[in-house]
Amino acid sequence: MMNHLPVLQVIIPLLAAPLCVIVRNGQIAGVIAVASSWVSLWMAWKIFQLVQVAGTISYNLGGWMAPIGIEYRIDTLAAFVLILVTLVGAVVTPYAITSVKKEIDESKEALFYAAFLLCLSGLLGIVVTGDIFNVFVFLEISSLSAYALIALGKDRRALIAAYQYLIMGSVGATFIVIGIGMLYVMTGSLNMADLAILLPQLPSNRIIPVAFAFLTIGVCLKLALFPLHVWLPNAYAYAPSAVTAFIASTATKVAIYMLLRICFTIFGPDFSFVKMQLGAILLPLSVIAIFSMSLVAIFQTNVKRMLAYSSLAQIGYIVLGISLFTNTGLTAGILHLFNHAVIKGSLFMALGCVMYRLNSVDLESMRGLGRKMPLTMGAFLVGGFSLIGVPFTAGFISKWYLIQGALEKGLWPVALLVLMTSLMAVVYIWRVVESVYFSEFNGSDADEITEAPLGLLLPTWVLAILCLYFGVNGTFTALAASSAAANLMGAGS
Amino acid sequence: MTYPQILCLIVAIPFMGAGLILLAGKYHNLRDTLSLLVAMVLCGTVYQLIEPLRQGNSTQVTLLEVTPSLSLGLSVEPLGLLFALVASFLWIVTGLYAIGYMRGHHEKNQTRFFACFAIAIGGAMGVSFSSNLFTLFAFYELLTLCTFPLVTHHGTDEAKKAGRIYLGILLATSVGLQLFAIIWTWNLAGTLDFRPDGILAGTASDRVLSILIVLFVFGVGKAAVMPFHRWLPAAMVAPTPVSALLHAVAVVKVGVFTILKVAIYIFGLDTLAQLGSTPWLRWVVAATIILGSLVAFTKDNLKARLAYSTISQLSYIVLAALLANEFAIIGGGMHIAMHAFGKITLFFAAGSVLVASHKTNISDMKGLGRRMPLTFAAFFVGSLSIIGVPPAGGAWSKWFLGLGTLEAGEQGLLAVLMVSSLLSLVYLLEVPIRAFFSPPESDQEGTGIQEAPWPCLLAMGISSGMTVGLFLFPDFLYEMMTMVFST
Repeated sequence: MMNHLPVLQVIIPLLAAPLCVIVRNGQIAGVIAVASSWVSLWMAWKIFQLVQVAGTISYNLGGWMAPIGIEYRIDTLAAFVLILVTLVGAVVTPYAITSVKKEIDESKEALFYAAFLLCLSGLLGIVVTGDIFNVFVFLEISSLSAYALIALGKDRRALIAAYQYLIMGSVGATFIVIGIGMLYVMTGSLNMADLAILLPQLPSNRIIPVAFAFLTIGVCLKLALFPLHVWLPNAYAYAPSAVTAFIASTATKVAIYMLLRICFTIFGPDFSFVKMQLGAILLPLSVIAIFSMSLVAIFQTNVKRMLAYSSLAQIGYIVLGISLFTNTGLTAGILHLFNHAVIKGSLFMALGCVMYRLNSVDLESMRGLGRKMPLTMGAFLVGGFSLIGVPFTAGFISKWYLIQGALEKGLWPVALLVLMTSLMAVVYIWRVVESVYFSEFNGSDADEITEAPLGLLLPTWVLAILCLYFGVNGTFTALAASSAAANLMGAGS
Repeated sequence: MTYPQILCLIVAIPFMGAGLILLAGKYHNLRDTLSLLVAMVLCGTVYQLIEPLRQGNSTQVTLLEVTPSLSLGLSVEPLGLLFALVASFLWIVTGLYAIGYMRGHHEKNQTRFFACFAIAIGGAMGVSFSSNLFTLFAFYELLTLCTFPLVTHHGTDEAKKAGRIYLGILLATSVGLQLFAIIWTWNLAGTLDFRPDGILAGTASDRVLSILIVLFVFGVGKAAVMPFHRWLPAAMVAPTPVSALLHAVAVVKVGVFTILKVAIYIFGLDTLAQLGSTPWLRWVVAATIILGSLVAFTKDNLKARLAYSTISQLSYIVLAALLANEFAIIGGGMHIAMHAFGKITLFFAAGSVLVASHKTNISDMKGLGRRMPLTFAAFFVGSLSIIGVPPAGGAWSKWFLGLGTLEAGEQGLLAVLMVSSLLSLVYLLEVPIRAFFSPPESDQEGTGIQEAPWPCLLAMGISSGMTVGLFLFPDFLYEMMTMVFST
């Protein structure tokens, strides 16, 4: 069975999804979702260990040899992202059981879990597969289910947000499939490793750069890099709490993973960064994203929206790390990809707890909540500190590497900008802290507001503690990220 | 117990103390006794470190490895030990004073107050024994965050506004400039360890290192070099024990201590003395010395006047670091202790006046000396130490600082030191003179103003006694400071 882990990683949630629809019972579906997401986490861990020992794993689907058959290929980076996605999945599903009861119609509960598991398996599929058309298929599975999940939000604006995401996401997916088509026309192959060998052999032509442009722009839409980000804030703000927590920590991260695969594995670093000068495009865009989105976040009154804009800025940090095109920069990008997922997961889950009790996450309605819900707001505080990058939180470590990367390249203004925007994070997090801890509660139903139920608190604190753990003992993440980065950088040479 | 264990224990004691204080929160007497006991245990434990250091035993403990390149580590060196001794000893004295003050003034949330106080001391201990810049920075930030509830203790709008200034300036400078400098240092030297000859020598051009020292001097906002000094007067809204121990000793001394550490163990004195930016940076700091004194003149509020006096005095120590020679460093290190004892006495006295008479303005204190003779006598002794005249300890540190300026060939700076001393003579002695020699105002009659509560008086007695004691017996401080250069 261990040999089949790569495919089981995708198959199990994929099969659990229709199972949820068949049973039709929200409670049982919830149990199925939890069980399959936990099994997924366990498998991801096993795969990670295997990759550490044996190096890159290759698995031929149905026994057909690559490049004819579909190959699943897992290297350090893929294994690391697998852990991240399944970890967030395994924490969010138990959280969803309590949260969904309140936010979604009982009749739709089973469907929610089905969509959730589809989304999970789609994301996992993107990570494990070594076949570029397969990437597109899994991307559509995860995106379509994500649109449905967002549309389930109680607020009616969720529908518009989901529709907006649908349109933008489909544009992105179309760009990607056009790029894939061009590559297929030129090489006759869809296997990534195969493409990596065939592409450099082609005589110089215009189609390959165009394909590269289509693919990167499509992916940048998916990962919400400025200025292709407009779909994201509304989608995050109006989706059900569990969905926001899951999508915010995984969907954009997997899109960044796709960007890395396309640039480094398929086209090779020399083509992407030396010939096409991708770094020169990504660097200014990410710098603008970091600065402008942090600024916008400061002026939000809906805390969920505020965190959505903060996510856009944080995506900027990750892309900034990648655009530096050095080992340290790439390590920083991959590290922040992981750390930010954990941080944002804990923050959005804490907000979900607030939503559960208050039915609102406005700054104004959260006044004085520190005394009413100390554990929830404690978790928020931990996540917030981590977002700022206080020492001994996960955020500090990724920023440390990022600034090192910038200084190595002599880009000290960029390094300074990273620190300045950390201060902007202080401002927007502090607005919440001041409202929550240093203001009086002003709601009418003061007695009814109590601490969130354990079913929400426990998963929230799991991620909050991980924020601290990866800040105190960052060796695991830092080593995994740097070995993944070295792998990617070495791929082309 | 082994040497490394003692070291870990020292940093742990205040945090455990904070836990105990929180647990005992409801029983006020037990809580206050605990607070005092923890302070005594801490001071006693720090004292244990002196003998091994004299014998040349040095130790280093790595508490945890955060990443392969960053670790949290502790070690003992003379400067840090000196600072830890001063801070932990004064914690006992302040603990005593706080009991009298907080009860006499009927403050709320006393449990939170004492717990945060203990954590702040823990932060100061961590800073003084940190073995690398990363550890130092971590404890530095902890100190900023845990003192915020103390500054905003009263919860009024004014306190909140002051708290925002406090946090804003300290975080902005430390994250924007100091952290940047730290990461840059790592980038250049590949390590952040404190080494006797520094780690930056020869790693980069004069221009880069010149920028780096500027980043450090202004990035350590707690040293309150102008223009990043506004947080210190803002912090004066806090209860007086906080102003006394934290904003005259622990927090601000952590700032200047950091700069001394960076000058000695990161740059290395030889490197620092030859940098292109050092001479003009000295004059920037000298400007803070004079301006701080001048602003102090204009303040009628006693605590505000003391705050600006502190700003001026802190820059003496920053200047000592920038003079970068043996005399100056000895003077700077001694001044950490001398100024601490002197300034804490002044704050104690200011707080006693507030508790006993509810007066905060100097112009209202006419004739108060006859009703509170002990308080104003202590104030007088403390003032002498800040001015730097015998028989108070401040005379010694200023002596060495003066030698340091001459050694560096900066006669102009010696003049600055003298002028500032003269200024402080006027603005500080005005207070006891008014209190003793001006006729009392009529509205004092029959208000029954008496001396402050006895714990406050005792605390003042100890701290002012120490300032005189340090004049008579400065050998210990001198010995510690010379050890900086012998190891």
